[in-house]
Amino acid sequence: MDRIEVQDLNVYFDDLHVLKDVNLNIKNNMVTALIGPSGCGKSTFIRTLNRMNDLIDTFHKTGTVLLDEEDIYDPKVDVVDLRKRVGMVFQKPNPFPKSIFDNVAYGLQIHGITDKRMLKEKVEESLKAAALWDEVKNKLDKSAMGLSGGQQQRLCIARTIAVEPEVILMDEPCSALDPISTTKIEDLIHRLKRDYTIIIVTHNMQQATRVSKCTAFFLNGEIIESGSTDKIFIEPCDQRTEDYITGRFG
Amino acid sequence: MNRIISPKNAQKIMKTIFWASGILAILILLVIIGYIIIKGLPVMSLEFIFGEPIDSGRSGGIFPMIVSSIYVTLVAVLVATPLGVGAAIYLAEYAGENNLVRAIRFGTETLASIPSIIFGLFGLSFFVIFLGMGWSVLSGALTLAIMALPTILATAEVSIESVNKSYGEGSLALGATKWQTVYRVVLPAALPGITTGVILGMGRAVAEAAAILYTVGAALSIPISLFDPARPLPLHLYMLATEGISLENAYGTAAVLVILILLITIISNSLVDRYSKKMMGR
Repeated sequence: MDRIEVQDLNVYFDDLHVLKDVNLNIKNNMVTALIGPSGCGKSTFIRTLNRMNDLIDTFHKTGTVLLDEEDIYDPKVDVVDLRKRVGMVFQKPNPFPKSIFDNVAYGLQIHGITDKRMLKEKVEESLKAAALWDEVKNKLDKSAMGLSGGQQQRLCIARTIAVEPEVILMDEPCSALDPISTTKIEDLIHRLKRDYTIIIVTHNMQQATRVSKCTAFFLNGEIIESGSTDKIFIEPCDQRTEDYITGRFG
Repeated sequence: MNRIISPKNAQKIMKTIFWASGILAILILLVIIGYIIIKGLPVMSLEFIFGEPIDSGRSGGIFPMIVSSIYVTLVAVLVATPLGVGAAIYLAEYAGENNLVRAIRFGTETLASIPSIIFGLFGLSFFVIFLGMGWSVLSGALTLAIMALPTILATAEVSIESVNKSYGEGSLALGATKWQTVYRVVLPAALPGITTGVILGMGRAVAEAAAILYTVGAALSIPISLFDPARPLPLHLYMLATEGISLENAYGTAAVLVILILLITIISNSLVDRYSKKMMGR
């Protein structure tokens, strides 16, 4: 089943044509990797999926983005509700300058959960799901800013899954992390894909092959090739895909 | 190539110059504070601090003036802070960049550079006479509030703008509304900076004589109601000195004022420090 269907998407910032006729279907409960050289539009693409691009005045687009067969750019759609359904983990870990507990509880509180016991349960559950609980359970009231980069990124994942999204967008979530933290995040992605549809932008080819089932290759704002990760990395159809994954450019 | 001074020596010379500038700045401050306190010390006593003035302040204490100063300043800050922070939130988070915003910014910058005596004159004609508030704590406080407003606004705006943009993005991506993001993520992160601005504004208000000269009256008794006239410390000091009432007591008053300002600064700095440390986990 397709969770997200992107049809003929064109994105512009003022006159700058950033995404060109992008068509991509994202399958349910599966990890889809987006690869391609810097500046090719991968981040812009995933920011279109939770409408974070709306924050930029010059953004406009044509084409449709369907989430569960519903156009997310329909005027009836509440952006706030959409972003609850489509969570996002950023390139640089960005925990709030609050306690570890409050970081995870924040998303729940803004969506109306105030019951203390319920908050505690949910926070613990999310931290466990993000494989961070054992490391922080004794310092939940300490600032999240005191955690290591890898821990901060897992905290951001915990914060995202606390609000129970359907889709999680990850924009190069490991690019600021050391190899050990990267492994932990990748293990986590493997466990999360059972419950969530995950789209991950990565510059790391090995990472794409390790974590994803499907891959889309972006170049200059276009999708050159998309399909099963195995196929793209073993026998790509397009010469440009082959050149990129073998490291001839990018 | 022939250099007059080698880079290594230039480095040494410049370092010395910067070091000297720093030391000079501290020295000037210490000399002024030290001079005031030494000159004021002889008249400082519990009676002076907690007593009522006798014979227009020729003798007796300055307790009503201390109360007046705190009263007027607090009211001024209570008025100016919500206004200044509110406007700062609008400018930093909602307004974007347009002509209205540029006009507001130009307005506040100009307001900040207007001589305080002009605020006093405005306060006299607007609050005291036009609005009929008379010479009172309220008239003085409102005049001071207008004066402190640009300081609070400008500092608050800068601190809100300098909050890491990724915090706001993280909050919005969780499905928070703009207001939830501002109120629960951005403002707490900007709080140390905003507080510093409020303290600066407070410092300006508590030390001001000219702006309240025509607005607060000159009563020698403790003000109770907002409509009572009062005589804050700087005004008392001004009167003691210019009317030649008592130079010794003027220095005593000055010393109390300086100590009051030092106390406000030290206490608030340590609170801000503690909050920042807790927030950033250091």
